[in-house]
Amino acid sequence: MSTTEDTQKAKPALSRKDFVSSQEPRWCPGCGDYSILAQVQKVMPELGLPRENIVFVSGIGCSSRFPYYMNTFGFHTIHGRAPTIATGIRLARPELSVWVATGDGDALAIGGNHLIHALRRNIGLKIVLFNNRIYGLTKGQYSPTSEMGKKTKSTPGGSVDHPFSTLSLAIGAEGSFVARTLDTEVQHMQAMLRRVAEHKGAALLEVYQNCVVFNDEAFLHLTDKTQKAERVIVLEHGKPLLFGKNKDKGIRMAANFTPEVVQVGDGPSQVPLSQIAVHDETCANPAYAFMLSRMEYPDFPVPIGVLRAVSRPAYEDLVASQKAQVEKARGKGDVAKLLASGETWTV
Amino acid sequence: MENHPQSGSDAPTPPTPPAMQVIDSVVIRFCGDSGDGMQLTGTEFTRASALALNDLATLPDYPAEIRAPAGTTAGVSGYQIHFGSREVYTPGDQPDVLVAMNPAALKVNLVDLVPGGILIVNTGAFTPKNLELAGYKSNPLDDDTLEERYRVVPIDISKLTALALEGTGLGSKDAGRCKNFWALGLMFWMYQRDTDREIKSIQEKFAKKPELADANIRVFKAGYTYGENAELFGHTYQVRPAKIEPGLYRNVTGNSAAALGVVCAGQLAELPVFFGGYPITPASDILHDLSGYSHYGVTTFQAEDEIAGVGSAIGASYSGVLGVTATSGPGVSLKQEALGLAVMLELPLLIINVQRGGPSTGLPTKTEQADLLQALYGRHGECPVPVIAAMTPSDCFFAVIEAVRVAIKYMTPVFVLTDGYLANGSEPWKVPDLSSLPKFPVKFRTDPNGFQPYGRDPETLAREWVRPGTAGLEHRLGGIEKHALTGNISYDSENHHQMVKTRAAKVAGVARETGELITCGPPEGDLLVVGWGSTYGAITQAVQTMQKQGHRVSSVHLRWLNPLNPQLGSYLKGFKRVLVPEMNNGQLVRILRAEYLVDAEGFNKIQGKPFKVAELTQAIAERCPGKQK
Repeated sequence: MSTTEDTQKAKPALSRKDFVSSQEPRWCPGCGDYSILAQVQKVMPELGLPRENIVFVSGIGCSSRFPYYMNTFGFHTIHGRAPTIATGIRLARPELSVWVATGDGDALAIGGNHLIHALRRNIGLKIVLFNNRIYGLTKGQYSPTSEMGKKTKSTPGGSVDHPFSTLSLAIGAEGSFVARTLDTEVQHMQAMLRRVAEHKGAALLEVYQNCVVFNDEAFLHLTDKTQKAERVIVLEHGKPLLFGKNKDKGIRMAANFTPEVVQVGDGPSQVPLSQIAVHDETCANPAYAFMLSRMEYPDFPVPIGVLRAVSRPAYEDLVASQKAQVEKARGKGDVAKLLASGETWTV
Repeated sequence: MENHPQSGSDAPTPPTPPAMQVIDSVVIRFCGDSGDGMQLTGTEFTRASALALNDLATLPDYPAEIRAPAGTTAGVSGYQIHFGSREVYTPGDQPDVLVAMNPAALKVNLVDLVPGGILIVNTGAFTPKNLELAGYKSNPLDDDTLEERYRVVPIDISKLTALALEGTGLGSKDAGRCKNFWALGLMFWMYQRDTDREIKSIQEKFAKKPELADANIRVFKAGYTYGENAELFGHTYQVRPAKIEPGLYRNVTGNSAAALGVVCAGQLAELPVFFGGYPITPASDILHDLSGYSHYGVTTFQAEDEIAGVGSAIGASYSGVLGVTATSGPGVSLKQEALGLAVMLELPLLIINVQRGGPSTGLPTKTEQADLLQALYGRHGECPVPVIAAMTPSDCFFAVIEAVRVAIKYMTPVFVLTDGYLANGSEPWKVPDLSSLPKFPVKFRTDPNGFQPYGRDPETLAREWVRPGTAGLEHRLGGIEKHALTGNISYDSENHHQMVKTRAAKVAGVARETGELITCGPPEGDLLVVGWGSTYGAITQAVQTMQKQGHRVSSVHLRWLNPLNPQLGSYLKGFKRVLVPEMNNGQLVRILRAEYLVDAEGFNKIQGKPFKVAELTQAIAERCPGKQK
């Protein structure tokens, strides 16, 4: 479509500084949100979009302060509803690049309905979901992604509430682009943000983000430099699912559609590389991406990267082309004639 | 109400053939099983009456269930039309003529038939099974008291329909479905409607099934001929053309008028329209209508829920398009938090509430006016929103346009209140000349020099509307309290006080848009009847009736409910008593008492039905003695 933002090019080249607003971020020192802000501000100028055509929309929560710190158009809305408002913006003005900054409480609890419908509809929203597995702004209650048994202010005896996997949910909701990154992996996050920006339709990027005050070290098992190679698997399209410091471990599909971790190599009790699953983010069957989304520590390495990126028409484009068809068939409507339509009579 | 057929005409009667009696208005109700096609019968007769230049008002009444069990009282569907040679304000209190197609319809509707009224009943449907389904222990047609109270016209419409279709080869199921046209034909004879036009209409309606078109025409003609030959009443009735302003006319329901209003408002504002909504009775027709208007610059979005409906509309308004949503009471409850955001953001937004019986699911297909306080006060915090209420089905068009004009001028969400009665009721509407409607083109802020997101127009206190995509005007807004000028987050206590006062003053300033008071009668007297919304017709008719009888009663109708018309306070002082009829448990009356320290008295009907004129004339008579004769 000629109406999407991708066809527009910025006039003078912009720099990171052009995306820094006058407002000083008010996140706790050491919060993972700072890293996300920095990477977004770094990537934005590379996209070649006029700054005024970018809108950041957020709900409520620590993550949702995000728009205030971006020197673009920004709309800090109400709890859980950012996708609805962003949907209106995107439908009304498809030439705008519409980003949603949200959190695990905002997107998966109070706003769960809007998130799943935005994904299945495949409306062109770029959703960055800051998952810190806790409610930070309300000072420490468990969230829909908090693990079972988690002790918080509202679960002194430990949570008995089974969590969502954000990415399983997104894939189940027909998401056409589903990815994950870590707040500490700045290069990876930038790469993911570029992919999000490029995708047509709804894109969901989950960022595992550390809350230093209420859920510190929630992702330490993944970010710890000495361990991460063994516990994180970086997905790359067309490449085998390998991980480990020496890339000597891999994922093989066993019977019953279940993945298994195997030692890769030609030795005894090792599995040859040819048996290792090759990552295909475009796999038509969502079962593959879903399988990846179920891989969790400690049984599996946790995947980061693009789990699923498939091409499906964006909702706003379908709306626009249907409108164009109607206009082509019936002409531009004449309101005076519309008023006088139906059975009329003259007195 | 006039007692048909005894009532005569006020107008001098020109010589008429002896077989024709002139009457000045009549109320007919068609009722039957929801599968009997009563809505179609009603709308066909309505069109014919409009073409006969009668003034008219209609009220469909259909069950909440999509298809209740056939033959039961739960499945009864009705359509009432009031037409006359004088001004008709309401669909009529009580039918003068009741056409009952089955026992259940008789059971539900007989109570409303005026004493001495005509009861046309399809005896063919009074089978033991149908009688039992309707809950009759014995056949009511065998009861002599029916004959004593009404002019009963028993006709085996089922059989006569079958006879008319003999030899057509039409299956008995399809044939049975034609009997509504037999009843229509009889009514066409009784009121001497144009049959040629109707036959054309049937041909058009059933163009894809010519065998059904032929069958319906046969049956329709059979009903008409039966009237002619059976000499049922010895004469037909004539309702002469009403004195109607010349012009081009069409019929319009409140919902279709509201949808047309939305399209028109977009044109007048020179803005594309975005409608975000979720299906809900009785507002869904607005979504349906607008969905067919995409080539008029309208985008419709059926959202995942009510909240997403309003959220998307707010997003559209934020991006510089006219955001619109429509719903009914429960939907409004869900939207209220988001409306608070729109108030905070100071964005134009139109919210149409087609009120229905509440609370909770309440009476989804019935009418009520119980969301006034919700519109005014239903949000958290100090959150004023202008509220305008439509008076008649066609006024939904103008109320919507007025609301949009104010929403844009003052940068605020605006409520339009209609209700189930207006939404589904119809009336003839003089098609407005689009070029005569004043335009209100939007001017977006484009100049970055000196731009402050919350800088205000000194008169209206409106902030400027900025479209994303405007270079140099990038800024951030949100639901958190904001600095009075920059719009940046501010927790400053004095600033919050100032912002609450400013938002209130801005909405209060809409008072200058409320125009002249809508009154009926002199500005002083014994009793003032104050109404709002869809009670306009019944109140006006009742007050006019009582004025003619010498009562010192006037009425005032409030179109704007927030803010109130500044002339109202002094107007109230001209009367000894103030009566406020409402289809709720007393909402406007509280506001009037609080606002004006006036001892206003409520007169409330909460039955899911509009006021009858007789109920109001009686209430007026009890409070306002007429002149001694």
